[in-house]
Amino acid sequence: MNILKFFTAGSVDDGKSTLIGRLLYDTDSILADQLEALQASNRKNDDGTIDLAILTDGLRAEREQGITIDVAYKYFQTEKRKFIIADTPGHIQYTRNMVTGASTAKLAIILIDARNGVVEQTIRHSYLVSLLGIEHVVVCLNKMDMVGYSETVFNAITEKYKALAAELNLKEVTFIPVSALKGDNVVNESEHMQWYQGRSLLHFLESVDVEDALPYNLARMPVQWVIRPQTDELHDYRGYAGRILSGSFNVDDKVTVLPSGHSSVIDRIEIFDQRPVEAFAGQSVTIHLKDNIDISRGDVLVNSDHLPQSSQVIEADLCWMDARPLDDSITYLLQHNSKITKCKIREIVYKVDINTLAKQDAHDFKLNDIGRVVLKTADELPFDLYTENKANGAAILVDSRTNLTVAALMFRNVSY
Amino acid sequence: MSKVNLDYLDELEAEAIHILREVAGQFEKPALLFSGGKDSITLVRLAEKAFRPGKFPFPLVHIDTGHNFEETITFRDQMIDRIGEKLIVGYVQESIDEGKVIEQTGKNASRNALQTVTLLDTIAKYGFDACIGGARRDEEKARAKERIFSVRDEFGQWDPKRQRPELWNIYNGRIHKGENVRVFPISNWTELDVWNYIKREKMELPSIYFAHERDCITRNGQLMAASPFLNMDEEDIVERKKVRFRTVGDMSCTAAVSSDATELDDIIAEISASKISERGARMDDKVSEAAMEDRKKGGYF
Repeated sequence: MNILKFFTAGSVDDGKSTLIGRLLYDTDSILADQLEALQASNRKNDDGTIDLAILTDGLRAEREQGITIDVAYKYFQTEKRKFIIADTPGHIQYTRNMVTGASTAKLAIILIDARNGVVEQTIRHSYLVSLLGIEHVVVCLNKMDMVGYSETVFNAITEKYKALAAELNLKEVTFIPVSALKGDNVVNESEHMQWYQGRSLLHFLESVDVEDALPYNLARMPVQWVIRPQTDELHDYRGYAGRILSGSFNVDDKVTVLPSGHSSVIDRIEIFDQRPVEAFAGQSVTIHLKDNIDISRGDVLVNSDHLPQSSQVIEADLCWMDARPLDDSITYLLQHNSKITKCKIREIVYKVDINTLAKQDAHDFKLNDIGRVVLKTADELPFDLYTENKANGAAILVDSRTNLTVAALMFRNVSY
Repeated sequence: MSKVNLDYLDELEAEAIHILREVAGQFEKPALLFSGGKDSITLVRLAEKAFRPGKFPFPLVHIDTGHNFEETITFRDQMIDRIGEKLIVGYVQESIDEGKVIEQTGKNASRNALQTVTLLDTIAKYGFDACIGGARRDEEKARAKERIFSVRDEFGQWDPKRQRPELWNIYNGRIHKGENVRVFPISNWTELDVWNYIKREKMELPSIYFAHERDCITRNGQLMAASPFLNMDEEDIVERKKVRFRTVGDMSCTAAVSSDATELDDIIAEISASKISERGARMDDKVSEAAMEDRKKGGYF
């Protein structure tokens, strides 16, 4: 059994929290004491049934205001799969929280209120999905009960969204008509929409294939920690510990250490007490090399036949996440996996109006702004393009005055 | 090229090991908070996987309320002997003796809330900049929103509105002097995941997790172990029951459940079928809808 992480984009008005509540409720994932607390709550639907949305609004301020402010993670499982839901806020002022929730997701659920169709918010959410390179998109047309479960309405919105998906280069889009409130096509198939031949949302989530597939073996492992017991019996033990970002490493593979550029051959791979001959993306391992070379935290081991790009000047998409605006006169810290280097913003190429997708000239970046910049780093950075290898194509910016994470970066090109 | 689809326990394990190694790499003086419960025992197992054959780059820290289940302390000491790592104990009794906290009175008195002061004092005394804990997001609504690297100010407070964005698998552990970071490597595990992992790894646990006979009283609809730490009066009727505990906390605030589960498989079956959440057996969470959020803001684990 494997795990699928997905996130939901939409606002409370679209019934997002209700949809998640419904997924949990109809898969029997809500326990009696939680249900008891739910029933004791004052918030009820108009018809007196329990308001499932409460299940996901965790913070006091969120319950008071009836909105989602921060990302909440929810867990449930069926016989086929385990699921982690990142429940993210939909309002524009919480764009950074949505980017946060989306960054680790393999699938996005975009909610559309069937009464309103594709609106500004839909464009914004879809743009973020495209920006973050989420491979699978499910568009849930919610509140179908409010439009008479109409196939015509469904088809019209679907056609409109397909045009948007093409513009944003979204590849795999699936459309499902649902009513989160009434439970149609969320877990159980609807009796009200005989015209819909597809699967319910849950059945789709259970069966969608979300394995990563890279065109080449872009084996990368950032070194997090060097294990050196320095005891008598393990005097020469020197293991490079890290989690493989992408690709696979085999014993006897030729690897290059970056940024130094030294090469060696893998002597053995350890996963605690096991000695596999091959290790894959996602596994936390300890690698031993045949040669004794100087390697420390922040270095990265890569497949010598498929080296990443290396540069100090990089073009990147940036999402600004701090209340203090970007300041191109100060030096930030760029954290790329286990590597931290100083960084300046050399140029703002453009900013995107995320409601209309128009690119604009810009001189500043404020909270939730997204656009293209050119970065200059103090050290040369070994990276892959985000579109080619997400795992090695992203970084964060940290403001060393406040230590806050101020931006998400996705590398798009080497800039000269 | 070849692909691999990691089994969920392998994926959760690999993620936790990555987080533990980030702690080792990013902090000067980390510590692992050890309660003697199954989640912190799981953390110890994960630390072995992350750092062996080397030593742990941090000591274990236990905040001892003095109201422990004896079985937990016995287990703790045997485990420390086996793994050969350093243990630091902070005593709530010392905080009481020094007048920093005042023992609660009344029927539902517990030392649970007092632990926070002892914890913060212990962090200050040793200068810990990161504390690894076994909290999970599935436990409670406020925890569901907490980051894996959760920054606390110099008063140990969590501010849910000022959490740092946590993107991809990149963890920002930079802090100012006096602040510290609580790190939760098993954030994404569920209770059932922990039990399945314990089974897979053939881990030892304190005996109170398994069904046993014990003197209990029923209070507020829950079974509590009769003990000198519980303020009992003539209304409390002591009964011999077959019970086990789902979480290990203070004797005065951890409720038992009636159970015949003497083996791991029985427990896993019991939890899979259970309709009550784990924290449902914690009196400390029953106080209000925002009980956990408020305690975390105050510096709790």
